[in-house]
Amino acid sequence: MKSFAYSRASSNSEALQAVRTRGASFLAGGTNLIDLMKYRVEQPAALVDINHLALAEIKRTEDGGLSIGAMARNSDLANHPLVRANYPLLSQALLSGASPQLRNMASTGGNLMQRTRCYYFTDVSFSACNKRNPGSGCAALEGYNRIHAILGQTDKGAANGETCIAVHPSDMCVAMAALQAKVGVEGRGGKRTIPFAEFHRLPGSDPSRDTTLREGELITSVTLPPARFAKNAFYLKARDRNSYAFALISVAAGLDLDGSTIRSAGLAVGGVAHKPWRVAEAEQSLAGKSATAENFAHAADLLLHGAHGYEHNRFKIELAKQSVVRALTVAAHGTSEVA
Amino acid sequence: MSTHIDKPSLNASSENAREGLPDNVGQDDHASRSGEHLCASARTEPDAEQLEEFKELERHGLLSELSRRRFVQASSALAASLAFGMPSPVEAQEAPHTQTITLQVNGQPQTLSLDTRTSLLDALREYMDLTGAKKGCDHGQCGACTVLIDGHRVNSCLTLAFAAEGARITTIEGLARTPDPKAIEDLSAVQAAFLVHDGYQCGYCTPGQIISATAAIDEQRKGDLSIVSWHNGQSDRPELTDDEIRERMSGNICRCGAYPNIVAAVRAASKGASA
Repeated sequence: MKSFAYSRASSNSEALQAVRTRGASFLAGGTNLIDLMKYRVEQPAALVDINHLALAEIKRTEDGGLSIGAMARNSDLANHPLVRANYPLLSQALLSGASPQLRNMASTGGNLMQRTRCYYFTDVSFSACNKRNPGSGCAALEGYNRIHAILGQTDKGAANGETCIAVHPSDMCVAMAALQAKVGVEGRGGKRTIPFAEFHRLPGSDPSRDTTLREGELITSVTLPPARFAKNAFYLKARDRNSYAFALISVAAGLDLDGSTIRSAGLAVGGVAHKPWRVAEAEQSLAGKSATAENFAHAADLLLHGAHGYEHNRFKIELAKQSVVRALTVAAHGTSEVA
Repeated sequence: MSTHIDKPSLNASSENAREGLPDNVGQDDHASRSGEHLCASARTEPDAEQLEEFKELERHGLLSELSRRRFVQASSALAASLAFGMPSPVEAQEAPHTQTITLQVNGQPQTLSLDTRTSLLDALREYMDLTGAKKGCDHGQCGACTVLIDGHRVNSCLTLAFAAEGARITTIEGLARTPDPKAIEDLSAVQAAFLVHDGYQCGYCTPGQIISATAAIDEQRKGDLSIVSWHNGQSDRPELTDDEIRERMSGNICRCGAYPNIVAAVRAASKGASA
């Protein structure tokens, strides 16, 4: 690990000031950052510890939504009474990720900032990685790409400096995408709010950037709109082992039902793209329709439209479609029904 | 300085394997001597700039025999560092950031001078003589390093020592009912249950398993959910069924595969019994 200066911030303004040091990073739970520092993927010159900022509060907003402090731990968020009662989709997604130890450490803001688990990104002995080493190519494209993207990727060939087929690894973010959360950030230029769909970005021509966060900005909160899917939500995670593994495919499905008629739906897929994959037309296709397998399959087709697989991950296209239908079916039966 | 209570037979059987061996040949020394600990010895080697200087001198035929010998040594040190992934002389020359820290471990404050890079796990094992927490993967995947911070289980390998300053840290050495346990009654319920149910084979993962199980039982008692609770429709106050135990203990890997006995031990301890 490269040597770094450590400091602890006691206020947001102190943190924003300290992070202006060249090469400085914020340190939250550290579960991903410290790991990547050990691998020398991340080499910050200074760490600004934000664990002691007053940003851990989870509370109801005036409009009946939920405000989640950026430093609220994943385990505390998953078990918060308001989350359990009103946003079971978020609780399920959080509890599907990582291990109890990691969930105790990991923060809400840090979860948003997680980096891909692409093997070629994490292992610096591979020189070709446009995310880690811009312009160097993509080792995953013709390498072992079982866990990689099928949607929204940049594929101009393995040697091209823009190619990237990495996926975002978070479970929490898939639920937040389906719930249409908003991310509150604070920077030198003041505060702003970023709609969840715009927070993470597709690789485009610059895979090194995961998010639209600006240099030195601090995530302070995530806000959820008033709950629509308290009664009918399901987070489905397909993975190589039953616990403590990243998703091959995950689906966050929420339904607002009037009898068997769908008033509105929230739907996002994880493990398929550089960001949680949400297609507004897929959600809209369900509005006013009845909760049937046929309608769910149509929504799945819209979500997976344009999917393109590689040698080891072509199975994901069909798995994703079936997972969407399954997740919506379970959600329609009710949150507390046996999966 | 050390407040370590030496009770290896009660803490972890892997410690027993080290008895009678000199300190530097224990199995976990190899694993824990990663990266930064080698810096001190490498610091006396010439840095890259000096190497360039040597090369320049040699090009002009100006290198004396003594300097030549030092150059060869330095080159092989550089080659070794490349081959074995040891910190390079250049890296060793990076000014380490050393600061004073006070850690509150098992109720005892200890003040140390540490490199900011030191993980809580390394601080405990290498500087505080608390070798109960183990280094397995060092990447938060195996759970052998699990300790409690303010009562919550965490991976100490991914926790910076400096980030843990000011918190209450509990390791396996601080879990027993009495400070110097002599009998099974002196142990915590979870420690006793692991003994009674033979919840281990080699014992390397055991301290992490026991700390993790202690927290898992507390979490269930205060009503925390797991994904199994949701899937079984138990989203109010889930009972600690075997499925729940397996899910809630999934952050601790046992390479011997002692899982059936680990589950039995956790089940017994959760019911307030060791047997």
